[in-house]
Amino acid sequence: MTAMIDITDAKKTFTMHLQGGIELPVVRGVTFQVNPGECVVLSGPSGAGKSSILKMIFGNYRCDSGRIGIRHRGALIDLATAEPRQVLNVRRATIGYVSQFLRAVPRVATIDVVAEPLIVNGMARAEAQQRAGNLLHRLNIPERLWQLPPATFSGGEQQRVNIARGFISDLPILLLDEPTASLDAANRAVVVELIAEKKRQGVAMVAIVHDDEIRHLIADRIVDVTSFAAAA
Amino acid sequence: MADLDMLDNDEPLLVANSLSKSYGRIAACRDVSFSLYSGEVLAIVGESGSGKSTLLQLLSGQLAPSGGHVSYRMRDGVSRDLATLGEAERRFLFRTDWGFVHQDPAQGLRMAVSAGANVGERLMAVGWNHYGRIRDTASDWLTRVEIDVARIDDAPRTYSGGMRQRLQIARNLVTEPRLVFMDEPTGGLDVSVQARLLDLLRSLVAELHLAVVIVTHDLAVARLLSHRVMVMKGGRVIETGLTDQVLDDPREPYTQLLVSSILPP
Repeated sequence: MTAMIDITDAKKTFTMHLQGGIELPVVRGVTFQVNPGECVVLSGPSGAGKSSILKMIFGNYRCDSGRIGIRHRGALIDLATAEPRQVLNVRRATIGYVSQFLRAVPRVATIDVVAEPLIVNGMARAEAQQRAGNLLHRLNIPERLWQLPPATFSGGEQQRVNIARGFISDLPILLLDEPTASLDAANRAVVVELIAEKKRQGVAMVAIVHDDEIRHLIADRIVDVTSFAAAA
Repeated sequence: MADLDMLDNDEPLLVANSLSKSYGRIAACRDVSFSLYSGEVLAIVGESGSGKSTLLQLLSGQLAPSGGHVSYRMRDGVSRDLATLGEAERRFLFRTDWGFVHQDPAQGLRMAVSAGANVGERLMAVGWNHYGRIRDTASDWLTRVEIDVARIDDAPRTYSGGMRQRLQIARNLVTEPRLVFMDEPTGGLDVSVQARLLDLLRSLVAELHLAVVIVTHDLAVARLLSHRVMVMKGGRVIETGLTDQVLDDPREPYTQLLVSSILPP
């Protein structure tokens, strides 16, 4: 099978120039693949570099060395060396990222925050809003909130808006950073269901989840990040 | 916007090649090169005196470089070196295909004539002569930038700072330019007014598929509006990349200092 994500020997170190140039090794030798329809869960204690790996796959953190191979429109692109424009195209058409927190844009209504990724990719506003409404509905965000900007919502509500925004597109790769962290049992179950649907659609996923029960429900394979621990 | 493959293949709109500018022995801008594509927003960040504004003037042909050149792909698809354009051609570009949003709206507006005339003037400059149509289009644009159409006959000197800035944006965008230069467009505005303006700019830029070069010292503005950033210090570009890459994973000591100086929201 052709992997959607193919990471080889990726390494990341932070150099803290304001702290006398100390080097903070994060990970090295990161090597794994993710196939279509598969959900790989990264495991390891806090600080092991799980989020950093996710950010490297999204092109948000740069790699010191190694390769972040992403299958984008049928061709393999190395995000570690790609031009900014290519990275943006990969994000628009191939990789979605559900971060832990919603970066709220002031004044934009919740329904539009969720629909935006579809509109950017050319879908008509009405259709995009319809799909956004369906997802918000499933995630138990009451309709009376849809026209309000999410900035004033509770943490759990904001996270569900964020999940809706992340799951709305039909992108072939999805990165999930603690998607269920501040959700109640009912909404956690909805997220597990959404992930199962994505698998059936052939989406390749990499997730960080601390909840053992959720991990058990969504993981096809576990990659232990401690094996990539950079020798300090 | 929808056709991403076209985006992959098209030619850059604006190309800067080894641009330099010195004033006597002081180098205000040294060896700056980059390409800007349609629909792309590039933020130039750095502190006062880093050469940001000089670079903006070089890019927009308002200042002649000491070295290097700038080329722009005209509407006919041909790229031209700005230095070879005649004064009339350059002014025509400025009135049609380019916009320039100044920090101080008084520099970009005529403060004593009506808001409608400020917007309509750009249309007349490109040959519009039907009064009714000019006024209708001006009204449309006032609405788009959230100015009450009832204020169309008032001069901008009677407007608040935020309204003046929105009017300046309408005046610039009415001719559907492909490239807009912005020099600290939210500088000097109250925080709440800034947020509204940023939000408006963000949606207009996406809707109109504008290419933008924006100079700002505010990294929050860069994060909200731009795809790419160039960090300048002492006239040089010291770091460049995707906006979120540079702001979340800054490499250069100076960029780390800038990022760490942001107060948490």
